Amino acid sequence: MEDRKPNWLLTLFLLIISAPILIMYFWLFIDSISEINTDGLWPEHFTLRNWRFLYEDIDGHGNVWKATLNTAIFATSVVSIVVILSSTAGYALSRLRFPYRSQFLGFVLLLHSFPSVTLIISIFLMLRLIGLYDTLVGVILVKAALELPFGIWIMKGFYDTVPWEIEMAGLQDGASRFQVWYKLVLPQIMPGIAALAIFSFMAGWSEFVLPLILVPGSETKLLSVYLAGLMIDDYLSDFGLFKAVGLFYIMPVMIFYLFTQDKLMNIYGGGTKG
Amino acid sequence: MEIKLEKFSKSFGSVKVIEELDLTVGNGEMIALLGPSGCGKTTTLYAICGIHRVSAGRILFGDRDVTALPPQEKNVGVVFQSFALYPHLSIYENIAFPLRIRKEKNADIERKVREISATLYMEHLLERRPGQLSGGQQQRVALARALVRRPDILLMDEPLANLDASLRLEMRTEIRRIQQESGCTSILVTHDQVEAMSMCDRIALMNNGVIQQIGTPDDMYHQPRNKFIAGFIGNPPISFIDGAVENGQFTSQGMSFGLPDNLKKASLTSGQKVSVGIRPEHLQPGSENPVAGEVTFIESQGREILYDLKLGDGQMLRSIQSGARTCKLGDRVTWSINVNAVLFFDAQDERILPA
Ligand SMILES: Nc1ncnc2c1ncn2[C@@H]1O[C@H](COP(=O)(O)OP(=O)(O)OP(=O)(O)O)[C@@H](O)[C@H]1O
Ligand SMILES: [Mg+2]
Repeated sequence: MEDRKPNWLLTLFLLIISAPILIMYFWLFIDSISEINTDGLWPEHFTLRNWRFLYEDIDGHGNVWKATLNTAIFATSVVSIVVILSSTAGYALSRLRFPYRSQFLGFVLLLHSFPSVTLIISIFLMLRLIGLYDTLVGVILVKAALELPFGIWIMKGFYDTVPWEIEMAGLQDGASRFQVWYKLVLPQIMPGIAALAIFSFMAGWSEFVLPLILVPGSETKLLSVYLAGLMIDDYLSDFGLFKAVGLFYIMPVMIFYLFTQDKLMNIYGGGTKG
Repeated sequence: MEIKLEKFSKSFGSVKVIEELDLTVGNGEMIALLGPSGCGKTTTLYAICGIHRVSAGRILFGDRDVTALPPQEKNVGVVFQSFALYPHLSIYENIAFPLRIRKEKNADIERKVREISATLYMEHLLERRPGQLSGGQQQRVALARALVRRPDILLMDEPLANLDASLRLEMRTEIRRIQQESGCTSILVTHDQVEAMSMCDRIALMNNGVIQQIGTPDDMYHQPRNKFIAGFIGNPPISFIDGAVENGQFTSQGMSFGLPDNLKKASLTSGQKVSVGIRPEHLQPGSENPVAGEVTFIESQGREILYDLKLGDGQMLRSIQSGARTCKLGDRVTWSINVNAVLFFDAQDERILPA
């Protein structure tokens, strides 16, 4: 990755094809701090009124900070569960021989291909039954469960790239199976863990359908649901507000992405490099 | 510490890889497990260190039965063919790893790592990562990691296979020196006979999961027990001629010579089918016990020249001669066999020993 010369032609080309997206985001930002006539296109003068939701509750929509906190708890919990379970399950699937291992692998892949919407009614009924409906815990478990097949599969791929001999050498050096996993194998798939963590964080942050149906209450509302609520509110047609909230909602993800995109690429490259 | 395998057998599922193998390696001895690819050398090694479970038989270290012990409970150092260094740790931490697992004191670890890296001339490498070392340097790290906790037994699986020719030569003497200094009982797996002969006290030659013969390199070369051993040991290899014994003579369509005195008394019946092995150095220009043929191949090996000789019936003999080239391709020549050095094998490929 060192001493790569900037390729101006390529940069220009990429800039041109991504221009529509960049311009849209830029426009979104400008719009959110300006006043526009309802039928106009051009921003007229500067205002911070669109951002008022940060310090006052919009009628009937609850507190934005509460929703932000819920979303953060939701996303980080999903990340923890997915990372811990995938990194252990992936190891088992990659290294241990147990009955029906290959069938299990196929089954995991099958689960991954299910769109979560198709399961939503039965999940709803199940959560009602066990009393986790309209609780953060409930929706966290559901989201984590739906993310797991992908996570397990990705982790197994990373474990597969770690040579057997390293583990044998570890055992030979006196380490227990757990020590071998923890001290020798895990550090080598750190890029994979990082990528999976980022990936599932973003998946959690942007999740909409599950929280919409499973945690509709104002105490447990997530940001995505908060934003959607504003937009379908008939008494409110304040586009400036929508834009500001939308911007507020995607900001963490964009900042996060900016700093971690190189790690994220790993998930497609697969395996440890350098 | 003595290593003893008693009727050791190993199968993977229904595939029997090793059957009833017996092997004893004396205290402080270095023995080579030599054999063609796939004959079960690595399998045997992994069984000794405890990575593979033994299917049947016993493994003893000294008087202790270690057959069922897991690798962690045996004090065995292993050098893997691929070195298997830990890529995320520095060289220092790689070597220190076995000691850290034993929870030794930092000061002790430091002292031991410095000591072993001094013996292996690699103190300047300790801060680096395995990815930043050459093959030979990685090889030394692997050796250091195996030796740092003073193992009772050192096992090496083709440790030189990944090195280039000159480095291999250097590491050969180095490994031998360290093995002798540390005095640990060692097994070296290799498929290179020169390596086995030059580094080890004794050689155990394996084929198809069976040990064919155990002995010193000299023994193996001059007194092979069967045709496989005679064919495997020696480079350039021995050539075999099929024929029969008649009236105190060995005869085939392309050649014949009188049996050497010491074999005349051996239990050879007239008309018995035999195969003789003639090493290239035992076919030289001369007139005694002549054999005639056509030179079909000449290869200069620098100091010596290798010739292939095609006999009248199409069978081939090989000759290696020092000095200048005496003939050219296609020449018909008559050379002499050193009959006393010829090896005789019966129809079952077993050696016919002189009486
Ligand atoms: N895990 C395994 N499952 C099934 N068969 C195996 C397994 N490991 C080894 N074998 C078989 O056992 C035989 C001996 O293998 P081994 O690795 O001991 O050979 P080797 O003598 O070390 O050969 P090489 O010189 O190529 O390393 C081979 O035929 C191999 O296919
Ligand atoms: Mg092998």
